[in-house]
Amino acid sequence: MKLPIYMDYSATTPVDPRVAEIMCSYLTPDGKFGNPASRSHRFGWDADDAVEESRNQVAALINANPKEIVWTSGATESDNLAIKGAAQFYHRQGKHIVTCKTEHKAVLDTCRQLEREGFAVTYLDPEPSGLIDLAKLEAALRDDTILVSIMHVNNEIGVIQDIAAIGELTRSRKILLHVDAAQSAGKVPIDTETMKIDLLSLSAHKIYGPKGIGALYVRRKPRVRLEAQMHGGGHERGMRSGTLATHQIVGMGEAFRIAREEMASDNARILGLRNRLWSGLSDLEEVYLNGHLEQRTVGNLNVSFAYVEGESLIMALKDIAVSSGSACTSASLEPSYVLRALGREDELAHSSIRFTIGRFTTEEEIDFVVDLVRRQVLRLRELSPLWDMFKEGVDLKSVQWAAH
Amino acid sequence: MAYSDKVLDHYENPRNVGMLDKESKNVGTGMVGAPACGDVMRLQIQVNENGIIEDAKFKTYGCGSAIASSSLLTEWVKGKTLEEAQKIKNTDIAEELALPPVKVHCSVLAEDAIRAAVEDFTSKQGK
Repeated sequence: MKLPIYMDYSATTPVDPRVAEIMCSYLTPDGKFGNPASRSHRFGWDADDAVEESRNQVAALINANPKEIVWTSGATESDNLAIKGAAQFYHRQGKHIVTCKTEHKAVLDTCRQLEREGFAVTYLDPEPSGLIDLAKLEAALRDDTILVSIMHVNNEIGVIQDIAAIGELTRSRKILLHVDAAQSAGKVPIDTETMKIDLLSLSAHKIYGPKGIGALYVRRKPRVRLEAQMHGGGHERGMRSGTLATHQIVGMGEAFRIAREEMASDNARILGLRNRLWSGLSDLEEVYLNGHLEQRTVGNLNVSFAYVEGESLIMALKDIAVSSGSACTSASLEPSYVLRALGREDELAHSSIRFTIGRFTTEEEIDFVVDLVRRQVLRLRELSPLWDMFKEGVDLKSVQWAAH
Repeated sequence: MAYSDKVLDHYENPRNVGMLDKESKNVGTGMVGAPACGDVMRLQIQVNENGIIEDAKFKTYGCGSAIASSSLLTEWVKGKTLEEAQKIKNTDIAEELALPPVKVHCSVLAEDAIRAAVEDFTSKQGK
């Protein structure tokens, strides 16, 4: 077993060796290195064939038409293009957008920018489970609402929103539905038809493809129009100019093909590993799972170890690569905004660790992690004055703290 | 973030972890910070009849730098008079542990802790 153990698959995944191999054949002089936009020779035609085959693979995973796929540099760009592009195109029909407080910053900051440009945005509070109450979403819709943007799977807590139910609400009112699927593609089935999705952001590097490539699904029937954010040679039907990165696109296509074929078997295996991890940790005292247990991607376990501070725990877990919603990792004093939005107390938000596992995680690694985490949590609690107070029966909320 | 060797040493082998009897007249307790801010430090000093700190204990909820700052502080205050102990500056702690700028607040908290502990001890003597 190699140390450190990688358990941060929601941050990024290693590229599947099958993907890397194909990518290499689109770079060098003896490979298909041409510009897919070159129409006058074989180099261009070969590259274009590869790009279109990849477009088929991406479309197939989400039950879309290949013509509805626009290549981008990643999910952040897709989110920007979808939200700004739709808002700027449809602003005469209304200037109201609905989203949720636990969205990725690529959505939240884009909405903030639109507010500066005169749009109104409603930021929904999720339920303590992390899920959105559909009645609250419906109540937030107005006559001038043009767009609803809700992520499929949350990056921190892994909860799965009921996109099909949201799609029913939006389609019947002719409101566009944008879904950030960076964390769900290849892990949860996506069907743009039955879920009534209009715009969908995708990323390659969360599902064993390369970084720096993503896509935006843009519905054709009924047609969704966007104002381009990147102008130039008119690539991607004018929605996103710029020479296509053939090797990246081919990598994304192959990653999506593998995901479609292996999602069921991967998920079954990963779920078994996650259950092993959770059953190894959940009998410790004062351990809390963040987010809904069932309505959740198989690879995510977000846990708060009360009375232990997240950064010190991560320091103690230096043989494991995990991430923390805690303050100090981001050099600010704010605990995870996602956990705060769930109504978690600060202490628990500060004490959270996100374990995300994936295709290359082994049972041996899980057992190592369980043993290490248990030992270190107990050690840090021995150092924690809050643990003493808890054991003495002091209610921490009743204490007058000197905030600094 | 890269930690200095001294921070790692105090974090992995913290000195003087524990609790003194907070009801005792010759023990001063300083508890500073807040769970909401991600760090809480409890520093206790035991003072003998000559006004010398003869024992010190701590427990800290916080990042590695906060744990190291309080661990170092307990080493430094032992054997000092109350007056000397109050002269310990957060900058001395930050320098000794080579804390990066984002972690300087941990040393400030340690300075607050020793002041609070001395104050608690002094107020007990007044009664």
